[in-house]
Amino acid sequence: MAKPYLSLESVGKSFSRGAASTEVLKEIDLKVERGEFISIIGHSGCGKSTLLNIVAGLTDATTGVVLLEDKEVNDPGPDRAVVFQNHSLLPWLTVYENVSLAVDKVSRKTRSKAERHAWTMHNLDLVQMAHAKDKRPSEISGGMKQRVGIARALAMEPKVLLLDEPFGALDALTRAHLQDSVMQIHATLGNTVMMITHDVDEAVLLSDRIVMMTNGPSARIGEILDVPLARPRKRLELVSDAAYIRCRQAVLKFLYERHRFVEAA
Amino acid sequence: MSLPAIETETKVHRLPGAAKVLALPAPSSAAALQSRVMPLLRALATRIVPPLVTLAALLLIWELLCSRTGSSLPPPSQVINDSWELIIDPFYDRGGLDKGLFWHLFASLKRVMLGYAIAAVIGVALGTLIGQSTWAMRGLDPIFQVLRTVPPLAWLPLSLAAFRDGEPSAIFVIFVTAVWPIVINTAVGIRNIPQDYRNVARVLRLNPAEYAIKIMIPAAAPYIFTGLKIGIGLSWLAIVAAEMLIGGVGIGFFIWDAWNSSLISDIIVALTYVGIVGFLLDRLVALVAHAVTRGTANS
Repeated sequence: MAKPYLSLESVGKSFSRGAASTEVLKEIDLKVERGEFISIIGHSGCGKSTLLNIVAGLTDATTGVVLLEDKEVNDPGPDRAVVFQNHSLLPWLTVYENVSLAVDKVSRKTRSKAERHAWTMHNLDLVQMAHAKDKRPSEISGGMKQRVGIARALAMEPKVLLLDEPFGALDALTRAHLQDSVMQIHATLGNTVMMITHDVDEAVLLSDRIVMMTNGPSARIGEILDVPLARPRKRLELVSDAAYIRCRQAVLKFLYERHRFVEAA
Repeated sequence: MSLPAIETETKVHRLPGAAKVLALPAPSSAAALQSRVMPLLRALATRIVPPLVTLAALLLIWELLCSRTGSSLPPPSQVINDSWELIIDPFYDRGGLDKGLFWHLFASLKRVMLGYAIAAVIGVALGTLIGQSTWAMRGLDPIFQVLRTVPPLAWLPLSLAAFRDGEPSAIFVIFVTAVWPIVINTAVGIRNIPQDYRNVARVLRLNPAEYAIKIMIPAAAPYIFTGLKIGIGLSWLAIVAAEMLIGGVGIGFFIWDAWNSSLISDIIVALTYVGIVGFLLDRLVALVAHAVTRGTANS
């Protein structure tokens, strides 16, 4: 059997404050194939964002190891680009400069100046934001900001694209629009994607597999669901699709029957 | 399938003469110009008239209070009379200390600019160090908190002892006055850089120099400029007092000299100039801040 592309091996994380220590994640094992779209879903506070940060290298795992192409992940890097929940664009730079900052840093040695410009524009085109390249983040809408955030991440040509609840702060219509864009980009580029979400429909629509987390503390992977839907997927056709409904039910059952969110006392 | 036609007919009762439409006269170009200039003038007037009225009222009260015989301060009319030469010609230079107010202000401004520039450079550097390094903060912050409460003039004897000259001592006093707000505000600004921006820098693997230029300075700029703005105000406050003690050309000594010569009117004219220059300095820093920090407001 071929080695997995991205592999999490008994990853655990505990935060300690003085003598007290809280275990957030426990024994996370996950293998992701190249080009796969994985969603991680769970109630808030279950440590999904912590898990993503560990893969990104922004947080160190207490136990276990993350391997990307058989190399251990210890620190953040552009091969695991993150699309942050609140876009994290730098407000003093224009849309173009926000993306070109990443392009210049990542490919200064491999591309000429003209090539870097072309690559920046190419990625802005991918997310349909080339028209606003000279605007500042404060002058564009939330959905547009998130598009630019995606363009910045894609421009790094990451091995794994990490999406941290990328559409959480957007209204439903804008969210649907962006989901379609992400599906299209995934179909074109074949990226390996790991997405954190708490939206069941979003998870089923976008993913090849859905990783369902149990509630924290000591959250584990409760179940992994294969989504056997052919691509390209069409939102409207799926509404009445039997497999889609079955997947949706499975996730809902997991979240609301077997692992209901219990407010910490 | 056809929808039943909805009754859309509305009955309009016209009252005779009620709906008479009056043709507007075609606007002439003069009227158009007027309509464009008038709001501008009005906006200007709402800004300028109230302070002018206040000023006139204050001058009137002052005139009334000081016109009595035996009053210790001159009324405005007498100030203009006494110091007409000073008001009308700020640029005369008869050698020595007998110069127009422009030259005194210029000398003071030179000292302030030098001391302030050193304070800005060292203040931002120290603030960055304290903001970035927890250990630097723990080591330096308590000392700074004590030193910043020492009044600027209290440093003057010590700096005179150290430099054995008035000029560098005055500049040192300006430096030590302006540096604390710059240090503290810079440190706060750098400490407050959102974790998101730091994460972006980490994912991109920016090196420390790139991080400083691309993220740290722009993110902290609003705070840094707050410090710089407070610093320039304090510098201008301190220079007058420092110059009274060190002597030489400068607005501070001019005021002290006028007092020794009982030229009260000259003092009043000089104070007016000091106020106006201080105001302009503050505006200048605010203007630079506005130009530099454009777009850094969080969105």
